[in-house]
Amino acid sequence: MTAVEDPITTTAIGTPMKRREDPKLLAGEGKYVDDIHVVGQLWMGMVRSPLAHARITSIDTSAAEAAEGVHSVLTGPQLQEMGLWLAPLPCAWPVTEDMVNPPHYPTAIDEVHHVGEIVAVVLADSRYGAADAAEQVIVDYEPLDAVASIAAARDGSATAHSEHETNKAFHWPLVPDPDALEAAFANPAHHVKANFVQQRLIPAAMEPRGVLAVPSPMGGDVTLYSATQVPHILKVMIAATTGIPESKIRVVAPAVGGGFGAKLNINPDEILAVTLANRLGRAVRWTESRSEAAFSTHQGRGQLQTIELAADADGKLQGVRVHIDADMGAYMMLITPGVPLLGSFLYTGVYDVPAFGFTCDGYFTNLTPTDAYRGAGRPEASYAIERAMDILAAQVGIGPDEIRRRNYLAGGEYFENLEVPSTLVFDSGHYGPNLDRALELADYDGLRAEQARRRAAGESKQLGIGMVTYVEICGLAPSRALGGLSYGAGGWEHATVRLLPTGKAEVVSGSTPHGQGHETTWSQIVADKLGIPPEDVTVLHSDTAISPLGLDTYGSRSLAVGGVAIAAACDKVVEKAKQIAAHQMEASADDLEFAGGMFSVSGSPDQAMPIQAIAFGAFTAHNLPDGMEPNLQEQVTFDPTNFVFPFGTHVCAVEIDEDTGAVELLSYVAVDDCGNQINPMIVEGQVHGGIVQGVAQALFEEACYDEDGNLTNPSMMDYLVPSAADVPSMVTDYTVTPSTSNPLGVKGAGEAGTISSAAAVMNAVVDALSPYGVVDMDMPATPQRVWRTINEAKGGQA
Amino acid sequence: MIPAAFDYQVADSADAAIAALAEHGDDAKLLAGGHSLIPLMRFRLATPGVVVDIGRISDLSYINDGGDHVAIGAMTTHRAIETSELLATEAPLLRHVAGQVGDPQVRHRGTLGGSLAHGDPASDLPAALLAHGGVLVARGPGGEREIAASDFFTGFLETALAGDEIITEIRIPKAAGVGWSYQKFNRRAQDWAIVGAAVMLGDAPKVALVNMGSAPMRHSGVEAGLAGGGGADAASVAGDDTDPPEDLNADAEYRKHLARVLVGRGITEASG
Amino acid sequence: MEVSVTVNGERRSADVEPRTLLVHFLRETLGLTGTNVGCDTSSCGACTIHVNGESAKSCTMFAVQADGAEITTIEGLASEDGELHPMQQAFMDCHGLQCGYCTPGMVMAATSLVAENPGGLDEAGVREGLEGNLCRCTGYHNIVKAVLSVGGAA
Repeated sequence: MTAVEDPITTTAIGTPMKRREDPKLLAGEGKYVDDIHVVGQLWMGMVRSPLAHARITSIDTSAAEAAEGVHSVLTGPQLQEMGLWLAPLPCAWPVTEDMVNPPHYPTAIDEVHHVGEIVAVVLADSRYGAADAAEQVIVDYEPLDAVASIAAARDGSATAHSEHETNKAFHWPLVPDPDALEAAFANPAHHVKANFVQQRLIPAAMEPRGVLAVPSPMGGDVTLYSATQVPHILKVMIAATTGIPESKIRVVAPAVGGGFGAKLNINPDEILAVTLANRLGRAVRWTESRSEAAFSTHQGRGQLQTIELAADADGKLQGVRVHIDADMGAYMMLITPGVPLLGSFLYTGVYDVPAFGFTCDGYFTNLTPTDAYRGAGRPEASYAIERAMDILAAQVGIGPDEIRRRNYLAGGEYFENLEVPSTLVFDSGHYGPNLDRALELADYDGLRAEQARRRAAGESKQLGIGMVTYVEICGLAPSRALGGLSYGAGGWEHATVRLLPTGKAEVVSGSTPHGQGHETTWSQIVADKLGIPPEDVTVLHSDTAISPLGLDTYGSRSLAVGGVAIAAACDKVVEKAKQIAAHQMEASADDLEFAGGMFSVSGSPDQAMPIQAIAFGAFTAHNLPDGMEPNLQEQVTFDPTNFVFPFGTHVCAVEIDEDTGAVELLSYVAVDDCGNQINPMIVEGQVHGGIVQGVAQALFEEACYDEDGNLTNPSMMDYLVPSAADVPSMVTDYTVTPSTSNPLGVKGAGEAGTISSAAAVMNAVVDALSPYGVVDMDMPATPQRVWRTINEAKGGQA
Repeated sequence: MIPAAFDYQVADSADAAIAALAEHGDDAKLLAGGHSLIPLMRFRLATPGVVVDIGRISDLSYINDGGDHVAIGAMTTHRAIETSELLATEAPLLRHVAGQVGDPQVRHRGTLGGSLAHGDPASDLPAALLAHGGVLVARGPGGEREIAASDFFTGFLETALAGDEIITEIRIPKAAGVGWSYQKFNRRAQDWAIVGAAVMLGDAPKVALVNMGSAPMRHSGVEAGLAGGGGADAASVAGDDTDPPEDLNADAEYRKHLARVLVGRGITEASG
Repeated sequence: MEVSVTVNGERRSADVEPRTLLVHFLRETLGLTGTNVGCDTSSCGACTIHVNGESAKSCTMFAVQADGAEITTIEGLASEDGELHPMQQAFMDCHGLQCGYCTPGMVMAATSLVAENPGGLDEAGVREGLEGNLCRCTGYHNIVKAVLSVGGAA
């Protein structure tokens, strides 16, 4: 028994602790996939289709094969004959029973369906040699009509897949009460019907994707290093696709340079690297170039939305009806068809809406496949409802703040466990004070006064003010809910917490960070739970050999699912430690208190044991209760019973130069509510980055295709990821409404900024131009588009 | 993206570079800062057999007072121009424009001679040279000759430079106290201008446009209007007699509109 | 071709193809993988290093062009005892990095920018000075804060 000392009190949770990840990353010691090299490795070079839709008539590999340093050149048919895989690349989300899902093999076999689809693979002994050889492969094509837009897909005069008679992939309805919906729209005082375009976006994580597959010379094992968000899912899917036993596959996500959804897929290059390395007994690697990434990594968004609002004379919503046509691209990738569904539940936003209906048609096109991109379906939904609310406000003749106040769930007051018409139960919300705080921070009245002054003076630079109150659905996900949506996996997360003999803790998490600072945040949770210093906590993750169980990181799920699992595992460790402490102190466990890492007997404060001493005792196992297993190690697989629903209000101001059409974002205020925060510094960073990605959609970014399906801006020179010089600093604040979905009361913050900011900026742009009668504008609000809109509006007035 | 293989030669003098060009002809490309050539080579849009590195010719990097002009060595970097005290008084337009090229990293490596020889209609420095009424000194096997800026840019990525000539010096007439302006319009700070306008007032006003035709160009209509005392109203013809490119950022109509706006702003600023 | 450079104070030589990009020379020939590649059009700045004391994009230089040059990469910024350079420390203190991929280039660009502006920078100066470096995680807010904390005007 140890003499009583002052207990260590950690108050790690809620503090802006500096990130333990940073020193290595700042010193250039972060090891990304492309930094890892293996002796004898072969470099893959991809021969990619220059056409969006064509039949392959011949492939001549002779020149490439003869080139120095080339190991082999393999065409699609040759790879297929080698029997490297049992099944096409997986789609885990067949949203309907009759969903069309054309086979998607790692390489095209006889017909290509998008520009950049792989038709042959070169293996060479150097990066440069692989690039040279790939250029020397000569492929002849017979061009076929390409389907290069949703409109063309709907039209259907050409089909993206020759064997299909239509481009439609599925029809998915969510209309809980059709009669109520019809009644709401029968004769509304106000009826808004608006069409919005969610342009395709290129996710553009700064680290391009890459793979390195290393066969083990001692057996049939293969290790895949991949720039992925989902090593666990990838492992399962590689096994299912290739037939390599799961136990023979190890997947490692080393340092990963951002993901934003773009790294949660099962990609052709991953399957090719694993199977070729396995077959050849040599390491195989590949890293996409940035311009190649526009074809080798999925894109985001790509929807045409129609939203209708029915409201009474005061602007009180009676119904919301939505239809979207969603661009799947050429193939169904891992969760391609599910992305629009993730948004479907949020088209009523933060509002009290008696009747709701949503339908979605998925279409194939001859473009790069789409899949999750930051927010995945939810930014689209938030955009539609929040833009439409502004249009409704203008119709009713009230301000955008007032239309929102009149419609907030629970009248803007606190609520918990509230069922909304889309059938979800929102965990908690309190929208009124959140809006108040955002308007105050933005100096909303001052902005309106300045806007009025500029309008009265007829200045050439006009001010626009935009606001959004968003809610998002994250913490993906209750496994049963996913089952109900036909998703092919669960939504739990696994954690193991062990207290080592030396008193240090080791946490194994199934969450897989790629910039979110999990190591820091998890150490804060464990430090508080076990009463030990955060620096005594080691966090292990992202390697299926170390962390065999997990469902990875996407959908703002890490804290609300994975973090909760860690906290629960800590609770189990403490519970076991308490039994040992009681045994060793000869006290009843019921009489023990645990605080600051110390077990003490109630009423006898001189009788106490630190948890580290118990850990050592659990290791030596000299004096444990009868029948108790040695060691302090506990596992928890947490499956949430509900999603979490973060919310917030963002207010921004833009200045529009009417002479040039240039839009400048002047100020941006975000008041988010993600429940309890573990590390406010990290939360704020997530909010900042998310906001700028949404601003980028509103003002800068669009993957532009010509009518033949060619992407005209694949490089970073033409695809305008904004720089520091193109965006302002932001003002952030928070309200705190703890979640009722988990014991930590946490929600999620990774996607929130993106879910709100595109709509906030476009509301501001339209607000600036509203004196000209402008009611809507497509994204991105490029200078040319703004100038032309102003011109047309003024012409219309004349 | 990986460049195709090439032979590499270092030219340690202008004459050595000229000799290398004479030897290899069209198969050779001069490499100065590399910020025009290397991006093209990475996409294999340029595949020279021989690359002649003139980046080490240190005696072509200078900014000297030439009496009635400032003499700038062809290998002088944008950064050196951007920070030159001599140019601050004698050629502030050029100095300012050099600071608008690309980003700091590009300006550390990119050279004035390299940018001008590339002759890109979307690049900033040719417009500044035209507005200044500068002169280029070209040296070839037959010796040196002067080429007026207004004669230099002959077509899309084409100049009056012969295949075996290199630019050695750029001469900028001193313009202390003359009103000037450069208006660059783009969507993202680091990008090429969608449209740019360089304005120099003075006795013979000059106005040059960026990205309004296949080559860097002066606009005689605007210049005539200015010479006639038209002031900012002279900008109204800035879109006339232009043949701007069309791309994702701007169609021709919008570029012509921007030219009018930017030239107008330029004249106003230069007159202020 | 033989290329000799002084990298982070150490003389290094290797025989490479003339077309070898400087960034590949640093990463693959010399094993200095701290410098990253984020694009192929000189747009993103992830590959930023110092060449003879000035920031440069090592994806837009051939290694042969650097023959004889003094090069500093992110690995050479911290002091030998491992103490972070003030700019690195500021990025950590201000949470100026998330995934860390743009960070080496961003830090090298920022140190060059601050060195060239001994009188101090304002926010606009920092933002414009970093126009050649793209980050997808931070929204730049905390990067700008970090650079201002080191090189801001008094």
